[in-house]
This record gives sequence, C-alpha cells and structure tokens, in this order.
Amino acid sequence: MNRGTAPALLHPIESLGRVSLDIVESLGRFGLFLGQAGAWTFVPPFKVGQLLQRIHFIGFRSLSVIVLTGAFTGMVLGLQVFLTLERFGSEAFLGPAVALSLIRELGPVLAALMVTGRAGSALTAEIGIMRITEQIDALTVMALNPMRYLIVPIIVAGLITFPLMTAMFDVVGIFGGYLVGVRLLGLSEGTYFGEMRTFVDMADIMTGFWKSLSFGVIVTWVCAYKGYYTGHGAEGVSRATTQAVVLSSVLILVWDYFLGSVLP
Amino acid sequence: MIRVENLHKAFGAQRVLQGVSLEVLSGEIMIVIGRSGGGKSVFLKHLLGLLHPDAGRIWVDGVELTQLRGRALDQVRERYGVVFQGGALFDSMTVFDNVAFPLREKTTLSAQEIAARTEEKLAQVGLTGMGHKYPEEISGGMRKRVAIARALVTEPEIVFFDEPTTGLDPVLVNAIHHLILDLHRKFRFTAVMVSHEIPEIFQIAHRVAMLHEGVIVETGDPQAIQGSANPVVQQFIRGEIEGPIRAT
Ligand SMILES: Nc1ncnc2c1ncn2[C@@H]1O[C@H](COP(=O)(O)OP(=O)(O)OP(=O)(O)O)[C@@H](O)[C@H]1O
Ligand SMILES: [Mg+2]
Repeated sequence: MNRGTAPALLHPIESLGRVSLDIVESLGRFGLFLGQAGAWTFVPPFKVGQLLQRIHFIGFRSLSVIVLTGAFTGMVLGLQVFLTLERFGSEAFLGPAVALSLIRELGPVLAALMVTGRAGSALTAEIGIMRITEQIDALTVMALNPMRYLIVPIIVAGLITFPLMTAMFDVVGIFGGYLVGVRLLGLSEGTYFGEMRTFVDMADIMTGFWKSLSFGVIVTWVCAYKGYYTGHGAEGVSRATTQAVVLSSVLILVWDYFLGSVLP
Repeated sequence: MIRVENLHKAFGAQRVLQGVSLEVLSGEIMIVIGRSGGGKSVFLKHLLGLLHPDAGRIWVDGVELTQLRGRALDQVRERYGVVFQGGALFDSMTVFDNVAFPLREKTTLSAQEIAARTEEKLAQVGLTGMGHKYPEEISGGMRKRVAIARALVTEPEIVFFDEPTTGLDPVLVNAIHHLILDLHRKFRFTAVMVSHEIPEIFQIAHRVAMLHEGVIVETGDPQAIQGSANPVVQQFIRGEIEGPIRAT
C-alpha cells in the first residue's frame, strides 16, 4: 500500500531492490519483444503490403537525407585526409583511406543515425499514438496479432533498408571524396580509384554489411518497442520518442564498438 | 452466455473493480450504467481479454476466458465486435478502408462483395459518400458511427459498445439505437453496452446493470431498474445532486 510513499532514503535496501527489479523486468520485456517479433516473422500469412509500405517509409523517404549527409561526409573526409596524408607525401592513399573509413565505420554508423532521426522517431510516435488511441487494442480484439501486423514489417523493413541505405551512403561518400580529392585538389583519378581497389577487400565490405544489418534491427526494435509500450497521453508519446532516439543512438555506437572489436 | 464472477482489478493503490459479478444471457442487450470514472471501460476491457484481473473469472459460452492466451483467446475474439469509447479508428486508413478492414483480414470474400457490404454498413449508419475521407477529416459523431459500422460489418455474435452514442445529437442517438435494435433483430447478437443515455437506454435494453464503487449494485429489466428501491440507482437515473452518490 505504501509503495512509493516512503522516502527512498528511509528504506535504501528496499528501494534499491525495487529499482533493480524494475530494470530487470523492463529488460526482460525488451528482449521478449524482439523474440516474439522474430518468432512471428516466420508465421504466415506475411503482411507484404505492410512491409512494402514500411520499406518505402524507412528507406525510400530517407534517401535524400542519406545522399546529402553521405556527400558531405565524403567531401569532408576527402579534404581532411588529403591534408593529413600530404604531410607524409602519401596523398596517393586518399582513395583507400576515404573508402575504408566510410565502408567500415562512418557509412553504417552515420546512415543509421540519420535514419533514426528521420524515420525512427516518426515510427515511435506513430505506434505510440496507435497505442494511446486504442488502435492497437482494436487490432488485438479483431484477433489480428499487432506483433505480426505492425511490428514484424517494421523490423524486416529495417533489415532490408539499412544495408541498402548504408551502401548508398558509402557510394555517395566515395564520390564526394573524389570530387574534393580529384576535381578540387588535383589527385589523379586513376590513383584515387586504383589504390582503392588494391586496399579495400571483401572483409571490409562484410564488416560494414554486418554492422548495417544489426543497426537495422537495433533501431527498428528500439523505436517500435518504445512506441508499443508508450506512457499515457501526448506527453507519454513525446517522452517515448525522445527515449527511442537517444537509446537507438547510444546502442548504435556501443554496438559499433563491440562489432568493430570482434569482426576482422 | 457471458458469466463474470467476483472480478477484482486495481491500478496501483486505486481499486477500480472490487468484486464485479454479472451474467449476460445469449441474445440479450445488457446495458451497463455507472458514474464516469467508475470502471465501466476497465470492466469491458476484461471481457475483451485486454486486461487481466487481479482476481475473479470470466466465462464466455462455457470457456474460461481468463485462462486463455494466444490462439485460444483469439478464437473467442473472432466472434466479437467492439466499439471502443474513442472509436479507435485506424487513422492511416480512409473511412471505407476502416470498415472494410475486418472483412479483408478475416474473410475470403471477393473485393466486390467486400465493397458492397462496406457500402451497405456505411449507409446504415448514415455515412453514404463519406468513404473516401480520413478519420481526422470527419466529426466526432461521424467517427463513432464509423466505429459502429466497423464493429458490425462482420456480423459478430457478441458485440461490445463502449458509449456508442455519447456526443451525438438526440436525433442521431435515437437513430443509432434503432440501428442497433434493427441489427439485433436480424442477427440476434449478444450485446454488452456501456451508456449514459438515460432514459433512452430503457427503450432498447433487455436488462440494465449498475456499476458503482467497484461492484454491480443492481441488475434488472428496465422497469425494475426504474422502480428500484436502491437510493444509489434512483439518484443516478434521475441525475440528482443530493443523495448517497457524492458529486465530486
Ligand atoms: N491502464 C490504466 N492504468 C491506470 N489506471 C487506469 C487505467 N485504465 C483505467 N484506469 C483508471 O480506472 C478508473 C476507471 O476508468 P474507466 O475508463 O473504466 O472509467 P469509465 O467508467 O469508463 O468512465 P467514463 O464513463 O468516463 O468512460 C479511472 O480512474 C482510471 O484512471
Ligand atoms: Mg469509459
């Protein structure tokens, strides 16, 4: 009965226990959410229409942001790396330096962060509003599993679009580096692309691919989860949206470090 | 038949349901009345399997709903039609698609057949020609009617209405009540309806139950309720300020 009324300082052990239990419970729910979505992914009927709509929303409509940020990232890299390499007289390696930074690190991470900002927050808000206006309950009582109908298409769309968005980011970024390095600073085109072909191998591309694939799951999972278990009212939705973006971004960077240290 | 036995539900320290018991016979229209915030919607959500009781049990035609999960629970829900208090229309879909949605998802009817049934239901709730609009483009009363059309389009055996007419003008209230009666005559569904429309509900209810302070204080046919000796019921149906119910 007096749950929450007694000052935490008076019962330090008790409140510590309660906080730990809450954390463990929400972690469990968070994990279970992905587990359930994973299980429902393989149960027909598949919601192809929903999936295409989500791919359109997460992927296609993020294209302009990806192209813009990709181009400028590549250009900045081209400029900075060129200036650094020039000091050692090794400008020739501009191509591989730009390509490797993009393919292994910046492409997957920045693309994921951009898509989180553009599509992830909107997903959380959309699902959160469906929750507070009882649309999710309506699906449930129609005996349509909202997990399958709503969440699975989002996570699968994340798996499909993130690698594609990342590839797009990388290609545009490499081209941005080319614009600055070759067109502006006068490196030869053959050197830029030739050295790239020598130094970038399949393992680098696969590293980027695995990263983007896992970011796709992380972002859609976090954003869908936060919307699905949103608090009450408009305030609950806005809090869920903020939390989704912050948690996604933090997890992207943490997971990037982790993968970077285990993948070749 | 729906049987509810000694249902308890609390949210934190707030005890909302404190032993609700009720029987709804097959084919009857049961109307639940009670104060705003008294737990009527919470009670309905238990019948829908959206909330789990702290204690107590619910049977729907002999199966214990409160024990069911997943597929088995969905099998019971296949027979349901639900009008949520706020409508719960899908805001990414047009009015037409909202009403057609359960048919598209749950039946194997052809597109023409689905269109025909959807138009028919929209016409019955007086919304012919509104199909192309989105929920945010129509009035609150229209939204209620779309929700009613969506709940009834699959011709369910058991229908739950959470305040289907609140916020409608008096003509529409009567029109909706007549529609419900008409459809009830045709399909003989069981209806559990929460409503504040006193005295109109006495025209359509087979029985009325009053939920007060977490329990059903009285159940009976409209005459019995209107002639009830219980001061709580009397005060409520007359809307008096003085009495055992405090207007806080
Ligand atoms: N999910 C929930 N979490 C916490 N409290 C809740 C929840 N749902 C309902 N309540 C509380 O339960 C009480 C009863 O709410 P309910 O919506 O059932 O009232 P009602 O009888 O339907 O009222 P109205 O006629 O205004 O719709 C309210 O005080 C509400 O704050
Ligand atoms: Mg209510």
